[in-house]
Amino acid sequence: MVTVASPAAVPRPAPVTRSVARRGERVACGVLMAPFFTLFVLVFLIPVGTAVWLSFFTADEPGLGFGPERTVFVGPRTYQAVLSDPTFLRGLGVVGLYCLLYIPLLVVAALGLALLLDSGAARLRSLAQFGLYLPHVVPGIIAAIIWLYLYTPGLSPVVDLLARADVTVDFLGVHTVIPAMVNIALWSNLGYNVVVFYAALQAVPREVVEAAVVDGAGPVRTALGVKTPLIRSSIVMVVLFTLIWALQLFTEPMLLSQSSPMVNSRFSPSMYIYDAAFTRNNYGLAAAASVILLACTIALSYGVTRWTNRSAAGRKATS
Amino acid sequence: MSTPTALRPRLLGRAAVNVVVGVSVLYTLLPALWLVLAASKNADALFGSDVLSLRDFSPLENLRDLFAMDKGIYGRWYVNSLVYAVGGAALSALVSVACGYAFDKFRFRHKEKLFGLVLAAVMVPQTVLALPLYLMASGTGLVNTFWAVFIPVLFNPFGVYLGRIFSEGYVPGEVLEAARMDGAGELATYFRVALRMLGPGVVTVFLFQLTAIWNNFFLPMVMLSNQRLYPVSLGLYSWNSSATVSPEYYPAVITGSLLAVLPLIVAFVLLQRFWRSGLTAGAVK
Repeated sequence: MVTVASPAAVPRPAPVTRSVARRGERVACGVLMAPFFTLFVLVFLIPVGTAVWLSFFTADEPGLGFGPERTVFVGPRTYQAVLSDPTFLRGLGVVGLYCLLYIPLLVVAALGLALLLDSGAARLRSLAQFGLYLPHVVPGIIAAIIWLYLYTPGLSPVVDLLARADVTVDFLGVHTVIPAMVNIALWSNLGYNVVVFYAALQAVPREVVEAAVVDGAGPVRTALGVKTPLIRSSIVMVVLFTLIWALQLFTEPMLLSQSSPMVNSRFSPSMYIYDAAFTRNNYGLAAAASVILLACTIALSYGVTRWTNRSAAGRKATS
Repeated sequence: MSTPTALRPRLLGRAAVNVVVGVSVLYTLLPALWLVLAASKNADALFGSDVLSLRDFSPLENLRDLFAMDKGIYGRWYVNSLVYAVGGAALSALVSVACGYAFDKFRFRHKEKLFGLVLAAVMVPQTVLALPLYLMASGTGLVNTFWAVFIPVLFNPFGVYLGRIFSEGYVPGEVLEAARMDGAGELATYFRVALRMLGPGVVTVFLFQLTAIWNNFFLPMVMLSNQRLYPVSLGLYSWNSSATVSPEYYPAVITGSLLAVLPLIVAFVLLQRFWRSGLTAGAVK
């Protein structure tokens, strides 16, 4: 934290130089912020505004395309079209299922590993963290390529070994394709979140843990009942970022769609948007779908923070 | 680290803990190891699922084949990725940290609301921005150019958040006060005094953005049609789609993937402490 020197110790400048200093401050503040906010407007605000605008208007060509092009307000019609499109709804369902599988698995596994590393029983802690973290350095598209090849019969030693044991698994079949994607994401992000949780656990005061042990709590009780509640804010943060990231599901299905008939070109909402915009050139549809995706992201993020705040308040009230 | 005797779990528990951690590490490392082995084997071993044996090594031939594929376009992609990622991340880190510093050290009205708006930008999916950005780029004639990919990746709201936290932690108010007493202007103070203290923070933001840009795949796919402007990620994606028709691309994709991971691993190993400070700053506070 920044500690401010006590006012008595600092000689006060005369009022005139003070207002000059204020102006200097304002100029400096503006100069330091200007580059970022130029980008903010150019590649964030205007695009978001354009997406909303595009979703309500459409380019109409009256007179069989011979008349001048004009822009017509279509209101919620595009939204109705998107929301009644079964392929979009299926995409939402796919992402929902993916999140339901992926987020609890990731959080539980990462938290569990971090608690084990923090328990003092694990050996070679930094080496383990390094090994776990390594896949996070691998770009998403390359992680997807590695696993796609590990799923592909004829390339994969895993499929080959399983076949020798008379087990045939189609990793990219109807029921396996979503778990297969969850696995890719889990592999990429497990170690990152272990490191985040472990860092938070390191900040837990040792006296608190020792007090719990003195009170007779076993290692499991200490980990789940004492340490875990103390790193709640990290857990919420991880859930939030993972959720935002998972809702954008794109890279893995896009790559798998090249090899698996189970993954079509509108598999996830992001793929639907890409397909609508750049394959079908229906900008209004793509914009409406992206606004819906954005609304879902905001609503769910808000829900997560609200829900955790309430449960925290509830816990405080009962204790 | 000394652990009190009471905290130490029993021997059996300790063994179980180490087995669980060990298996998890194998889960994360074995696929990476497969990539290394597959990249050093010749095509026959690869298609015979014979990657795990210790025969048929031909790493140098694989490299030569990789750089000869499609008239050596892989080298071009690699250079593109380096320019996009290193140039973009450096510029982006400076821009974000300067803004984060201003958020920390200056007072103005509605500051916290504005900061909240910046943080909210983290939430917006890239897919939402892609179509409008594409339309803007095509309106200004920038589509299918270097700039179409380079400019949008400079925007890093999370870097502003990190910059503010680092500025709180690394730049004490007394130092700025002292510089002001010496009659230095606010900007001069930032560039001569504060920026130097913020150095580690800039490196951290740089590293995060470097990884993000190197991984970036969606934006280049939307913006670029000229293969010679592709970054490695998009190039490998396009080779992988060719591989489903002509399998001779498989070894190139595998060796190319390994080479594309290497710079990030090197950066990660050399600059580990910066990475960690970013992780903890981003999550603990």
